[in-house]
Amino acid sequence: MSSVMSPAITAATTRRILAQLRHDHRTLGLLVGVPSLLMILLRYVFDTGALFDRIGPMLLGLFPFVIMFVVASVGTLRERTGGTLERLMTTPTGKLDFLLGYAFAFGLLSLVQVGVVLVISLTWLGLDLAGSVASLVLVAVLDALLGMALGLFASAFARTEFQAVQFMPAFVLPQVLLCGLLIPRDSMAPWLRVISDVLPLSYAVDAMQRVSREASFSTSLLWDVLVIAGFTLGALALGAATLRRRTG
Amino acid sequence: MMSFVPAVAVAGLRVVRGGKPVLRDVSFEAPRGSVLGLIGPSGCGKTTLMRCLVGVQIVQAGTVTVLGEPAGSRGLRRRVGYSTQIPAVYADLTVRENMRYFGAVLRAPRTDPDRVIEEVGLGDHRDQVVGTLSGGQLNRANLAAALLGEPELLVLDEPTVGLDPVLREELWALFRELSARGTTLVVSSHVMDEAGRTDRLLLMREGEILADASPRELTERTGTADLDAAFLHLIHERAESPA
Repeated sequence: MSSVMSPAITAATTRRILAQLRHDHRTLGLLVGVPSLLMILLRYVFDTGALFDRIGPMLLGLFPFVIMFVVASVGTLRERTGGTLERLMTTPTGKLDFLLGYAFAFGLLSLVQVGVVLVISLTWLGLDLAGSVASLVLVAVLDALLGMALGLFASAFARTEFQAVQFMPAFVLPQVLLCGLLIPRDSMAPWLRVISDVLPLSYAVDAMQRVSREASFSTSLLWDVLVIAGFTLGALALGAATLRRRTG
Repeated sequence: MMSFVPAVAVAGLRVVRGGKPVLRDVSFEAPRGSVLGLIGPSGCGKTTLMRCLVGVQIVQAGTVTVLGEPAGSRGLRRRVGYSTQIPAVYADLTVRENMRYFGAVLRAPRTDPDRVIEEVGLGDHRDQVVGTLSGGQLNRANLAAALLGEPELLVLDEPTVGLDPVLREELWALFRELSARGTTLVVSSHVMDEAGRTDRLLLMREGEILADASPRELTERTGTADLDAAFLHLIHERAESPA
């Protein structure tokens, strides 16, 4: 009932979050710089173009996912503990305004983040991509939004920033182990495969692999994209359910 | 017709937090345009009562009616301003960016951010990042956000804490001016000398209202010289009564 939204309030919230990031140069630098630095490291650690071509795209989807998860969970936790969320809940701000404000702001930010890593990867690091750059950007930004949505949801279960940071390994690392990055999902034990099938990161990594290997936008890729988008919307809906106007 | 409806009407309010009763059967009314003071020691339930008025507190029993509607109704969200005791503004934004954001959320006039910044005397600090303000300035930034959109009811939790006497004087002058324009104010404080500036006082202790009267009535009824003494008198009276 109270989770209606208004485009004006959502836009104001997006602008406000972007203004906060603008003031925080260090965070901005880390957000854009760290994934690029990791990709450069990765390229020279592998030292062979072929291996980098295989692993690189998967990590290109993974880094924004992980970083957005952390930033979104700590950011919303600050709003919960700092009282600003409570203030907003006494105003006409809808729960969706709040969540979509974060989604749009971090979506824009991930576009910059992915853009920079991509330019470095495709030029300097010589990443060989079979699919189109557009589909890679689409998938990477979706991965970032998925991380953000899961982070927003996870923050509801943290009371302190200490706990919120711990959620990163708890929510994210099992997904990393099971997403097919270390071992192909086909060669996993059946029960692990089943778990892997219901974890969103598996689809994110699969989509990145397809973009790097397949020249056309296949139906399998479309399916991956839809699943990632579905998980993102689901996590946002769950996140909205955890926002309460009234608390004890 | 509407003006006969009190700005705030609370009846039989009971709130339990963490298994302990924080408000026990609280009832009172505040007419429109009045300044109501909530006075009492820390932990007496002032903040919880204010949270009930703005509709963010889960309530076990009783009714809270604000401007004729149940507290927290959607229709009230632009008509009630709230400033919390712990400042709830964005530390990493400037004063003005904060006011612009909260103003936009409330659909306040575009001139409102500058107006409220002047009203709380932060004109010289409007482009300063909130995190670098002094404690008193931070409190005023927090108060300014509650003034956006000229709400009909202002719920202010300890708005003058940490301010020097001159600023406190100025803010109380502002509160009286707002009240003269028809705004209802509910202001909490644990400083007795501020209590004398209100129209009506609720003296609270351990989740109950010890007294609901004007400052003058209180000192007259208890036969005491000042409100501090009146408060003590009431506590002793309560302790002696069989209840």
